[in-house]
Amino acid sequence: MCALCGVLGGSDHWTDSAARPGVFTRNTDSFSRRRERMLRVTQANHILKHFGMSLSDWQGASYLLSTVTGKTEIVDNLTHLWVEAEKLSGRVCDPLDTGLIERMERLHG
Amino acid sequence: MAELIPDFTPVNLLTGFLGSGKTTLLQRLLADDDFADCAVLINEFGEVGLDHHLLERIDDTMVLLQSGCLCCTIRGELSDAIKDLHEKRARGEVPAFRRLVIESTGLADPFPILSTIHSDPVLKHHFRLGNVITTVDAVNILAQLALQEESVKQIAVSDRLILTKTDLADAETVVHALERIRAINPAAPLWRGAEEKVPAWALISFDDSQITASHIGVFDEKRGHSHDHGHHHHDKNRHDAHIRAFALTFDQALDWTAFGIWLTMLLNRHGNDILRVKGILDVMGSEVPVAVHGVQHLVHPPVHMSAWPDEKRQSRIVFIVRGLDPMQIERSLRAFSGLGEMTPARVA
Repeated sequence: MCALCGVLGGSDHWTDSAARPGVFTRNTDSFSRRRERMLRVTQANHILKHFGMSLSDWQGASYLLSTVTGKTEIVDNLTHLWVEAEKLSGRVCDPLDTGLIERMERLHG
Repeated sequence: MAELIPDFTPVNLLTGFLGSGKTTLLQRLLADDDFADCAVLINEFGEVGLDHHLLERIDDTMVLLQSGCLCCTIRGELSDAIKDLHEKRARGEVPAFRRLVIESTGLADPFPILSTIHSDPVLKHHFRLGNVITTVDAVNILAQLALQEESVKQIAVSDRLILTKTDLADAETVVHALERIRAINPAAPLWRGAEEKVPAWALISFDDSQITASHIGVFDEKRGHSHDHGHHHHDKNRHDAHIRAFALTFDQALDWTAFGIWLTMLLNRHGNDILRVKGILDVMGSEVPVAVHGVQHLVHPPVHMSAWPDEKRQSRIVFIVRGLDPMQIERSLRAFSGLGEMTPARVA
């Protein structure tokens, strides 16, 4: 575990950095790793709000996905997030859904 | 010996429908210097014993999977066979191979094979996916595409295509075959096996999930009518009838976080119908382009390319999809890209 950022091991999800040469290495240091996680949580929440859910960071290692009624699941990465979001909300989280797209378009004008 | 073994041994999948010439190609490749130090995995099914006997070079680094179709036994036997090879190499019991070629059966869906290499908790630390090489039978491909979904997938996920038996087909058949292939996979380099020597090095070059300028360039030239792919075919019973390839371009730099959220969400819901995503991205905060490459639910680790392929600094993404609306995908990605603008803490 990194004593400074509290990250246990490293995620090898494609949206994160990976410890092999040449791979996208945006998050090689703890500060940018933390910052990236914050950005991810902030942005994901704009979408999850549409489904009555929210996301928060948990110790820089996982995320907590919660419904407005308090049902909560731990998720590891963004791929895992959408699987759990559909289970928890009982709704289809489809980025091609016209209603969701229109909401996103309204959000940023 | 240790220094001879690469950190991540590339794995090439050689696929193609029954009788399309996989084994013939493999025989040729194994005789080439570029495929020296190469281990081969073949699986037994139908044509099997035949494959086994046809291949001349069966040595310690060749493993024959006994229990049938790769796609059915994928989690067990393929994974075990590769680990076994890896362990034997580490112990010096087999030559220190630097590349692994898997020849799948003609009926195999290539995705589970790729997924095993990419996701197995042990394999992913020692192996990486190289190019998928697909042989296509010019004589029979049209019938196969109509009847066998696997043949569509084998072409869609391919990085290198070899059209075989062009000497046995009339010119019109070959033209139709090429049209169908290009509708499914417009960008992968293609050779005519009967008429030109397939250069072994070209099959495995840039196999680090890289994208060459020519891949994207070839596609851009077709972009004007790319949205029409698939509309030419009205037979709804054809497995390839709803497959279409299209390219999206973005002049403004993309927000990596927003792109990751969008693509993971898209693949979660539509991964089975997104046969391929491949592109170079102009990412905010990065001077060089980032290459992304995905096959269905599987996304390769993104790679920083060394430079832009041409003077145009723009994101270009090629999709090969089944039954999805390209316009809706573009609209969705543009809408999600706005997430970056809504994040005040963004530091480029």
